[in-house]
Amino acid sequence: MAEIIVVTSGKGGVGKTTTSAAIGSGLAIRGHKTVIIDFDVGLRNLDLIMGCERRVVYDFVNVLNQEANLNQALIKDKRNPNLYILPASQTRDKDALTQEGVQTVLNELSESFEYIICDSPAGIEKGAQMALYYADQAIVVTNPEVSSVRDSDRILGILQSKSLRAETGAEPVKEHLLLTRYNPARVEDGEMLSVEDVVEILAIPLVGVIPESEAVLKASNQGEPVIFDESADAGQAYSDTVARLLGEEVDFRFLEAGKKGFLKRLLGAR
Amino acid sequence: MADTSFQLKGSVVTTFILELYQYSREDFTQQLKDKISQAPEFFLQSPVVISLEKFAGENIDFLELVDVCRQFELQPMAFKAVDARFEATIKKTGLPLLSDTATRAVNNASVAPAPQKVEAESEESEYRKSKVITRPVRSGQQVYAEGGDLIILSQVSEGAEVLADGNIHIYGSLRGRALAGIKGDTSARVFCQKLDAELISVAGHFILSDSLDSALQGQAVQVYLDEQTLHVAAV
Repeated sequence: MAEIIVVTSGKGGVGKTTTSAAIGSGLAIRGHKTVIIDFDVGLRNLDLIMGCERRVVYDFVNVLNQEANLNQALIKDKRNPNLYILPASQTRDKDALTQEGVQTVLNELSESFEYIICDSPAGIEKGAQMALYYADQAIVVTNPEVSSVRDSDRILGILQSKSLRAETGAEPVKEHLLLTRYNPARVEDGEMLSVEDVVEILAIPLVGVIPESEAVLKASNQGEPVIFDESADAGQAYSDTVARLLGEEVDFRFLEAGKKGFLKRLLGAR
Repeated sequence: MADTSFQLKGSVVTTFILELYQYSREDFTQQLKDKISQAPEFFLQSPVVISLEKFAGENIDFLELVDVCRQFELQPMAFKAVDARFEATIKKTGLPLLSDTATRAVNNASVAPAPQKVEAESEESEYRKSKVITRPVRSGQQVYAEGGDLIILSQVSEGAEVLADGNIHIYGSLRGRALAGIKGDTSARVFCQKLDAELISVAGHFILSDSLDSALQGQAVQVYLDEQTLHVAAV
């Protein structure tokens, strides 16, 4: 049985797809056979972040509608043999997702994969609910600002009430907080919420803190998940996150602002 | 022009509900006698609504039932939650049929005021289970403890709402809304470990975060009603 992990947030633009790509790749790098499913039907992005947009022939909706089989739709990653992508359809909308269809696909994937990463669309409507319904674990991606935190709180409520585990009274979905776009300097200046603030408000265990980094945008545009960039702070932070997801204890890095030089400080440069 | 003779007003009166489970004249008479002998003063001339919600038996002589009640100085005033098959027989008693959702009664001069006896307490105080929540109540969620207290062993997030007919106890941060005594219990209170609420209400009297004393923010407090005024005090 595969472990189903949903990457969700409520709010858009906080880094769900970047995180899905990075965590999925990280699990594959560590030797776990992993598939990432794009649930954002109609606003397909995962293929771009993964750099496989030219190889999409069949998609998730084709499989749901039995117009193609899973093997035809799965795209094998060129960097890592353990990694597969199931892209969303760009020409359809979220109504194309049905609970039974999603369950069938997840069951079939469960037979051959260790991890299934569900990249959720933004919002709390059907697409997001489908993505989280069958989840065993949830990575709640949050930016250190109040609206993102509130939306994360909302999605945690939905995980607690509308997931399969909640409905059947099984063990609750395991929740992880992932803080992205964290800028320690701005936290020190009081412009951003701190890790402690967010953890206190959301009251779920922290699995990772990804620093705001130019490497993320660069990685997205190049179609190479940032975790493959071992020199980038964001890539290293995602590697640490994957290790924690797998149960390892890793110290948190990148929580302190880099020391500014005396001259820089004097000139007020960032 | 003659002075107005009367005015029709909606009102709520306190009555007993006699919830009938089964009926045989002998058993019913004996049991009613026993019950009333415990506090004869208390039951004297008490209006009573007979509820058939839990009545499982067949058609019975409802007129006889009403008579037995009257013998013991009870004043049956209506039937409630009446199944269609009993309707015809009950109409013969001349008493009105109330819908089973709410017991609405029109004020009536013969209705006795709520008894003030000590026994009243013991008769009316019924054990009610509290609702216990162990996980955080998240933004957009609503939790309601009907007929009792609400106990939350975690936090209440901004945008969440917790309600109770009784008291609300929160052993964590209260960042959302808490409404106690929503059916009008003015003795209900709200307790929380860490105050950061959007709104707190007791029996319809509410206070918003803006009007909370900033010195009490983040403190363990209780909120209660006294003389129509909501008080927030550290505990």
